[in-house]
Amino acid sequence: MVSVEDYGEFETEWCPGCGNFMILKAVKRALAELGKSPDEVLLTSGIGQSSKLPHYLKCNVFNGLHGRSLPPAIGAKVANHELTVLAVTGDGDCYGEGGNHFLHNVRRNPNITLIVHDNQIYGLTKGQASPTSELGMKTKVQTHGVFNTPLNPLSLAISLDCSFVSRGFAGDVAHLTELIKKAIQHKGFSLVDVLQPCISFNKLNTFSWYSERVYKMEEGDHSPDDRIKAFERSMEWGERIPLGVFYVNEKPTFEDHLDVLKSGTLVGNKSDPQKVDELLDRFI
Amino acid sequence: MSTDLVIKVGGAAGQGLQTIGVALAKTFKKSGFNVFATQFYLSRVRGGHNTFQVRVSDEPIRAMPEKVDILIALDEESIEEQIEEMTDGVIIFDNEVIKVNDVKEPFFHVPMLKIAKDVCGNKIYSNSVASGAALGLMCFEFDYLAKVLTEAFKKKGDEIVDNNIKAARAGYDYAKKNFPSDCKFSVSEPSDKDGRMLIAGNDAVGLGALAAGVQFLAAYPMTPSTGVMTYVAANADDFNVVVEQAEDEIAALNMVLGASFAGARAMTTTSGGGFCLMSEALGLSGITETPAVIFLSQRPGPATGLPTMTEQGDLQFVLTAAQGEFPRCVLAPGTPDDCFYMTAEAFNIADKYQIPVFIMSDQYLADSLFTCQRFDPSKVKVERYLMSDEELADTDEYKRYEITPTGVSPRAIPGQAGKVVVADSDEHNEYGHIDQTIENRILMNEKRMKKLDLLREDMEPPHQYGPKDARITLVGWGSTYGPLMEVVNILISEGHSVNHLHFTHVFPLPLEATKNILGNSETIVCVENNATGQFAKLLEYETDLHVSENVLRSDGKPYSPESIIRSMREKGLI
Ligand SMILES: Cc1ncc(C[n+]2csc(CCOP(=O)(O)OP(=O)(O)O)c2C)c(N)n1
Ligand code: SF4
Repeated sequence: MVSVEDYGEFETEWCPGCGNFMILKAVKRALAELGKSPDEVLLTSGIGQSSKLPHYLKCNVFNGLHGRSLPPAIGAKVANHELTVLAVTGDGDCYGEGGNHFLHNVRRNPNITLIVHDNQIYGLTKGQASPTSELGMKTKVQTHGVFNTPLNPLSLAISLDCSFVSRGFAGDVAHLTELIKKAIQHKGFSLVDVLQPCISFNKLNTFSWYSERVYKMEEGDHSPDDRIKAFERSMEWGERIPLGVFYVNEKPTFEDHLDVLKSGTLVGNKSDPQKVDELLDRFI
Repeated sequence: MSTDLVIKVGGAAGQGLQTIGVALAKTFKKSGFNVFATQFYLSRVRGGHNTFQVRVSDEPIRAMPEKVDILIALDEESIEEQIEEMTDGVIIFDNEVIKVNDVKEPFFHVPMLKIAKDVCGNKIYSNSVASGAALGLMCFEFDYLAKVLTEAFKKKGDEIVDNNIKAARAGYDYAKKNFPSDCKFSVSEPSDKDGRMLIAGNDAVGLGALAAGVQFLAAYPMTPSTGVMTYVAANADDFNVVVEQAEDEIAALNMVLGASFAGARAMTTTSGGGFCLMSEALGLSGITETPAVIFLSQRPGPATGLPTMTEQGDLQFVLTAAQGEFPRCVLAPGTPDDCFYMTAEAFNIADKYQIPVFIMSDQYLADSLFTCQRFDPSKVKVERYLMSDEELADTDEYKRYEITPTGVSPRAIPGQAGKVVVADSDEHNEYGHIDQTIENRILMNEKRMKKLDLLREDMEPPHQYGPKDARITLVGWGSTYGPLMEVVNILISEGHSVNHLHFTHVFPLPLEATKNILGNSETIVCVENNATGQFAKLLEYETDLHVSENVLRSDGKPYSPESIIRSMREKGLI
């Protein structure tokens, strides 16, 4: 039996009251409830306040570069597909600096879970606009207010036929825990975009701003098998903001296509230099 | 040297000059000769003017001289380019393909298309006619070419094999019968029996990686490095390798680091611009102490530069790429043997010191074909330097960055023996967690840099060729090995006092050995395929030696022995 305590308690560098704490709680609970022990789990991250999360629970960690949480996650997953791999990032990290990796890993469909702390702002660098910042939001850089169209990560993921697309809210740990569990259990690339209030820099999208708007799709009639409906739902933003699983599409994962993984993990293979001898004949 | 001939095929991309060139190279090799072949091509799939040059000799050769004995001209440009140099050579051409107004020496008309149509009913066999004609001029034993063509086309069926042989034979007979001076380039066959290989640098690197047990290769295509990626991909299923084409080079090296962190032997392949994109991840390898092998095939920059040509212009960049300071290792093979054994060595060094290791090649080495002895895989040792499960089980809480006297921390991988492994790109403590205190920074920086001292001891001394106490020492690194050896041979035969010192282990330099050998040299001349003498700078910086003169070339072309000697004369060195 694995318990939340097995994941330990660490001192954090987050501002008291930040939504990141709730996401950390949900991640630990989800992993414990799924019976994953810390040594089976690898968390990769980029750079940002959000990307420090892996340091705050006991597990394998690869805390890499800004924007680059996904590539090491894929590399590690291929090397040892028995690991449960989660990539933890921020909206700037994942949709800005690392946007290309986001697009192409949706296409690749490795069996990993991507958790994006979407606070609609750059936290660590003290409050510049992120790709998901609202139109009109003024910052020290965007002095006339944001005028670039915000990126909609859910619509983007659905348009790329991402195999699992969901949104959670840091203010609802129980719901977020369930979402993360589903995402981990889903075989394929799973996006969990988490609305995360940044109390220090985002004065627009606050806890109460989100709380007044969010609703759970499970409580209605949304069916995640319907891509068009999911796409429509993903565009709902404003007065009402849907939470839950938007879209699920079971399809072969990246690893499923790799025959070499059928007999075991890559790292488990022993190599034999002598084997190249047969190849040398072709140059004779 | 009794036999030393150069055959050049020139034409547009898509005309099949490579088919002709490779067939000839294989034919000479099969008969026991030493072969060296280079390619010059442009960054386009069709058209342009490309060449494929084959040199055949009974002495070991690894350079291309400027003279041409037989030119197979498939376009007019080949003739314009070469006519000045054709003192004693022959130009084979077909007047159905190109116009030559005054057909007299050195021109020799071979109706390749007509012969192909007459004997096989199809002009596509004209390339085999051309190969046959070249051999006819040399009065070479025809059977070798027949064997080569059989091997090359056997997958396509007997009819195709027969037609190629018939066409080649007809070309051969035509040349023997119609060329005015009989057997002008007659060669005597060398005695040593075959069993050797004919191989390009890129394939040798690919073989080295497979021998070393590479498990994961992520890369983004870029000439002239792509050949390694495709070679490994072609054999990936048999060798349990995953090859992934990344979305960009940033992803490629980051993927490699993830795989390596998780315990796989991992590498990437790239060229200049691609490596620029990798430089941040290079630092990530440095600070997280994650082994990585980076195959970097140079081409002339900056930016897109000359995509298909050659240069050794990236050394200073590779030595300093990425912010901050951390140990790295640079290996620069000079021959296909080096490519094979040093690629395998690169993986062991990366694992031993937990650092990024470069294999620096260039278009010249990557694409040229060399004859060499069959590689011996039993000489390749796979050394992973990983903790055993038992060792790990004995530790209480695993410290990925444990401070040790050598700076090298025992390495475990995620999921091993129930422990967790933490790596971080921030400055971190022994456990891998973020720690920005000054005391910790000092400890960790020292720990990482210390590895360089130990690594230096593993670096092989440079290879000396020629008389020990010569007046002039020509210093080279990487792919200039062949041309420089030949320069030394030529100059010694002319009575000059010169030798050659060649570096394959470029960084960290094997200081003691270098100083011992070069300490007494009167005149050190660095010869490099770049504009600023990048290795010379490294040598002067790392040792207190003085480089007297640089011989440099950065026009996109590799060194011919003649061009080095010309430069030396111009500089008054000889
Ligand atoms: C290559 C690079 N560019 C810029 C930075 C500086 N930087 C660090 S975090 C960050 C943005 C953080 O925003 P986000 O990813 O949304 O994470 P948050 O801090 O809001 O959780 C930036 C620009 C960096 N570390 N590396
Ligand atoms: S800056 Fe914002 S996101 Fe970062 S810890 Fe503080 S409140 Fe949270």
